[in-house]
Amino acid sequence: MTTDSPSATGAALETVPAAKRRDSLLWLLNARLAIGLSLVAIFVVGSIVLPFFAPADPSLQATYLKNMPMSAEHLLGTNAIGQDIFWFLVFAIRNSLILGVLVGIGVTIISTAVGLSAGYIGGNYERVVMLVVDSFITIPLLPILIILGAVIRGNSSFLTVGLIIVVFGWAWGARTIRSMALSLREREFINMARFSGAGTVAILVREIFPYVSAYMVVGFINTILFAVNTEATLAVIGLSKVEVPTLGSIIFWALNYNALFTGNYPWLVAPIVASILLFLGLFLTSTGFNAAFASKRGVA
Amino acid sequence: MGVLQYVAKRIGLYLAVLFIGLSITFLLPRFMPANPIEAYISQLQSRANGSLTPEAIAEMRASLEQLYGLKGDLLTQYFNYMKRIVTQFDFGLSIAFYPQSVTTMILGALPWTLGLLLTSTVVAWLLGNMVGLVAGYFHTKKAATILEVVGILLYPIPYYILAVSVLLLLAYIFPIFPLSPTFPVGQMTPQKFGMVIYNSLLPALTLVLAGFGWNILSMKALAVATTEEPYVTYARLKGASNWTRMVRYVFRNAMLPQVTALALSLGTVFNGALLTEMLFSYPGVGLIMRTAAGGGDYNVLYGAIAISIIAVATAGLIIDLIYPLLDPRIRHK
Repeated sequence: MTTDSPSATGAALETVPAAKRRDSLLWLLNARLAIGLSLVAIFVVGSIVLPFFAPADPSLQATYLKNMPMSAEHLLGTNAIGQDIFWFLVFAIRNSLILGVLVGIGVTIISTAVGLSAGYIGGNYERVVMLVVDSFITIPLLPILIILGAVIRGNSSFLTVGLIIVVFGWAWGARTIRSMALSLREREFINMARFSGAGTVAILVREIFPYVSAYMVVGFINTILFAVNTEATLAVIGLSKVEVPTLGSIIFWALNYNALFTGNYPWLVAPIVASILLFLGLFLTSTGFNAAFASKRGVA
Repeated sequence: MGVLQYVAKRIGLYLAVLFIGLSITFLLPRFMPANPIEAYISQLQSRANGSLTPEAIAEMRASLEQLYGLKGDLLTQYFNYMKRIVTQFDFGLSIAFYPQSVTTMILGALPWTLGLLLTSTVVAWLLGNMVGLVAGYFHTKKAATILEVVGILLYPIPYYILAVSVLLLLAYIFPIFPLSPTFPVGQMTPQKFGMVIYNSLLPALTLVLAGFGWNILSMKALAVATTEEPYVTYARLKGASNWTRMVRYVFRNAMLPQVTALALSLGTVFNGALLTEMLFSYPGVGLIMRTAAGGGDYNVLYGAIAISIIAVATAGLIIDLIYPLLDPRIRHK
C-alpha cells in the first residue's frame, strides 16, 4: 500500500464490496471517512479555487464600508476595519492549510526517520533518542513559542512560525512509530529477510516501511491539525504574524475590535464555525484511515 | 523489573529531561537575532529623549549584563545559569516590575495555575473515562455510539475556540458568568473563596471540555479491546454481574494506559491552561507570560518557561511513581 495521496486512497476505500456493507462496523468506518473526506475536500477545493475570484486583496483595510450586515454582496458582512469577512476567511483557511501541509511534510519525514531507526536499531542509540523524544514531549510548547514570538515579532515571516512548530512537533509521531517498529521487529517475515542477507536499511525500507506508511498518513493529518492549531493559538494572543489572514488572526482581530460588543457576530462566529468544521473533517479522516488500515497493517 | 529499579530509572529520566529542557531554554534566546538589552536601552534612550551619553549607555549595558547573567562567553554563562537555578532557584529580576524577583512573581501565580489545572484535569479524566468505559463496554449497542459521538465532536476543537465559544455562550448571550473575572485580594474568607470558585468556573469548564473528549475516545478504544480478553469472558461465565465486569475487570486494566497517557499529555494540558488563562484574564502563570511577552520582560518569560518545565516534569514523575501502586505487574516481578 503506497501512500500517494489521501484522496486516491480514500477513493479506493470507498469502493467496498456490498457484501462487506452488512458488517456494521466497516460501514461506520466508511461513513466516518466519507464525512471527513468530504468536509476536507470542500475546504481544500474552496480555498484553492475561490481566491482566484476574489474581488480585492482581503488583507487590505478600508476596502469597503465598515460593519455592513450580511447581504448578497458581502456574504458574511464586513468588519470594523472595512474588510469583507467572507473573503478574509477564504484566504485564512488557505493560508492555514498551506502552513499545515508544509509542517506536516516536515514533521512526518523527521518523526518517521527517528522512530523507525530507534525502534529497529535499539540498544543505547534507542535509549538516547527516546530520552530526547521524552524531553521534547515534556517541554510545554506554548511558553517557548511565546518567547520566540515575543523576540521575533514583526520581523518574522509566516513560515518561521511553521519552522518552529516542526522543531517542537516531531516527538509524538516519533514515539508512535517507534512502538510500531518495536512490535514489528520480532515478526517472522523480518527474521526471514534478515536470514536471507538483507541489510538493516533494506529491511527498514522494504519490509517495515509499508506497514508504517498507513500510520504516516494519519500522523500527517494529525500534524496538519496540530500546526493549524498552534499557529492559530499564537495568532489569537497576538504573537504570530497577524497581518496575514489565518484562522487565528481573524479571531485575534475580532477580539481586538470587540466584535461581540459591537454586535458584529459573523466576524467571530464564522471563523469559529469554519475552524470546527475543518478540524472535525481532518479528525474524522485521520481516525477513519487509522481504523481502516489497522487490520491491514497487522498493528491494531 | 522490580519497583526500586523502576523508580530509579524514572528519577534518572526525570533529571535528564529537566537538564535537556533547561538547556534548551538557555540556548534558544542566544540563537535569536534580537537582543533584549539593546532593546531595553533604546527604550530608555527614547524615554530620556536621546539625552543619554555613550558612557552612561556602556555603563548601563555592563550593569544589565551583570544583572541578567549575560557576562562572559557562552559556556561560562551556561554554567552560571544552571548553578543559579539549581542552587538558588534564581531567575534574576523582572525588567517591567523592577526590582521584583522573577521567582517571587511566578511562585505567586503558580498556585492559581496548578489549582485550575489539577481540578479540571482530574474532573476531565474521571468523567471522560467513565463515559468512555460505558461506550466501550457496551460498544455493540446503538446508544453507546452516541456517547462516542460526543467525544468525536469535542476532541478536535482547540482550546482557543472552546474558550471563545464558552465566553460567547455563557458570559455574553446567557450572562451566567462574568465576562472578565474579578479576584479578591487579601485574607481568604469563605465568601471570597466562593467568589474565586465562581470566577474560575468558566476557565475550568473550558479545560474540562477539552480534556473530556480525548479521554472518551482513548478509553473507548481501550475498553473495546479489553472487553474481548479471555479473562473478561471467564468472569462472565463465572456469573459476575455486568457492573463488576465493567469496573473490576475492564476498567482496572484499561485504566493503566490512560494513566501513562495522562502523564505524557501533561505538557499539552499545561499549554491549554496557559492559553485559557490568557483569554480569561485568570491570574496564573499564563497571564504573567502574556504581560511579559507584550512588555519584552525576558527574565520573567525564561523563569516562567523553566518553572513550567519543572512543574510538568515533576507532575509526570509523580504520576509515574504512583503507577506501580495501580499496576501489580510492576510490583510482583
